[in-house]
Amino acid sequence: MKQTVLNQAHRDAGAKMVDFGGWDMPINYGSQIVEHHAVRQNVGMFDVSHMTVIDIQGPEATAFLYQLLANDITKLNLNQALYSTMLNHEGGVIDDLITYKLADDDYRVVVNAATREKDLAWIESQIIEFDANMIEQADTAMIAVQGPKAIETLQPLITVDLSETKRFYAAYNDDMFVGRTGYTGEDGVEIIVPSDQAEALWQQLIDAGVQPCGLGARDTLRLEAGMHLYGQDMDEHITPLECGLGWTLRKDNQAFNGAEALAAKREAGVEKKLIGLVLEGRGILRHDQVLVDDEGHEGIITSGGYSPSTEKAIAMAVVDKKMNPDAVKVQIRNKTLPCRVVKLPFVRNGKSLIEA
Amino acid sequence: MSYVPDNLKYTASHEWLEDLGDGKYRVGITEFAQEQLGDIVFVELPEVDESYAQEDECGVVESVKTASDIYCPLVGTVTAANDALEDTPELINDSPYDDGWIFELELGEDADLGSLLSAEDYRNSIVDDE
Repeated sequence: MKQTVLNQAHRDAGAKMVDFGGWDMPINYGSQIVEHHAVRQNVGMFDVSHMTVIDIQGPEATAFLYQLLANDITKLNLNQALYSTMLNHEGGVIDDLITYKLADDDYRVVVNAATREKDLAWIESQIIEFDANMIEQADTAMIAVQGPKAIETLQPLITVDLSETKRFYAAYNDDMFVGRTGYTGEDGVEIIVPSDQAEALWQQLIDAGVQPCGLGARDTLRLEAGMHLYGQDMDEHITPLECGLGWTLRKDNQAFNGAEALAAKREAGVEKKLIGLVLEGRGILRHDQVLVDDEGHEGIITSGGYSPSTEKAIAMAVVDKKMNPDAVKVQIRNKTLPCRVVKLPFVRNGKSLIEA
Repeated sequence: MSYVPDNLKYTASHEWLEDLGDGKYRVGITEFAQEQLGDIVFVELPEVDESYAQEDECGVVESVKTASDIYCPLVGTVTAANDALEDTPELINDSPYDDGWIFELELGEDADLGSLLSAEDYRNSIVDDE
């Protein structure tokens, strides 16, 4: 199994390790719920070194990313970050990713670990028509420090100055790249460092009182924040229009991969949508549970679980667009239980947004 | 190594049984089982007065990670269920052999007590999984 450079540090911190898509990663360090609350109320950190960092450089880097990505790379300011999908020609989602603009001819892209090989192959196949290069930064580690106290805890430990770095912007020097981004719905950063500096940084953060958090808490935090998980909430068999990612599609100049397929889909009528659900009554919503309403419309839960911050069972689901929002029921084992449709996200900046 | 009290009986599916006398047993899941599940957030209790065969699914324990069935360890009728778990399911994490008990069972006439594991047998059965 593949290991990050922090593998021993996780074991030393008492982590329970699991196989995560071929990576030996911490699921928790004792209690997933304690870790979850640390991020919502204070500060926690995650080893996300399994993610892939790719730099796109060259005179036509912008033009290339304008075709590759369905969001609008040209609206970025210097050091600003952009969330986007990367679509195939059928409009299916190859991956979702964050791109930071470092210069007009230099961008940093972070993609999912599980999709690394196909992403690299796709980007390689698309970049040949452009005067630009793809450089994978393999010898790096990545640590996400997240929570309301993330910045104040981190700043004294590093030389990169974050005082002027707004949310969804990055700052960096020769040793460290810090993006004020994350996957939790809280303030925080994602730090990229050379692999040989990761252990020292991790230890400094531990010494500063930062709670190490596993992939379990990462999943409940992102679900509460209404953030998609690739492979569950979307994949190559669904377009952004059908899974709640329409807001990431650029409106003008449709010259991106998949745009024609999306136009055809809009023309024919989009038949699915993504909704947020809260279970009324007792039980836990889970991935793959089936939804029905009183008119024969159906849906399926794409991500579900117990929400520690709201103490409710919550889920994101892809359903028939005509689903009656007042009559959604979920099948859990031998029971059919009512669900309430709610706006996403469920939680933001430490506060539940679910109305009582 | 997870704590496995000597005075209890066990099943391979990680339930424990405490002999209350007069053919009654109290049932829960072991410390090892709750450690494997992680933080427990929901328990579906068996119905009181319901009768089950040995190894029938009679309830569910759900953690942040997964849902896990509770199997009735012996044939019998449920005489009590731990209602405290409805509001505080984490009692199973905090006190799996005491406050986190799940239900009580009055054994049926043909209950196969010989099918249960001793503490030592159960310890041996989980040693490879730890």
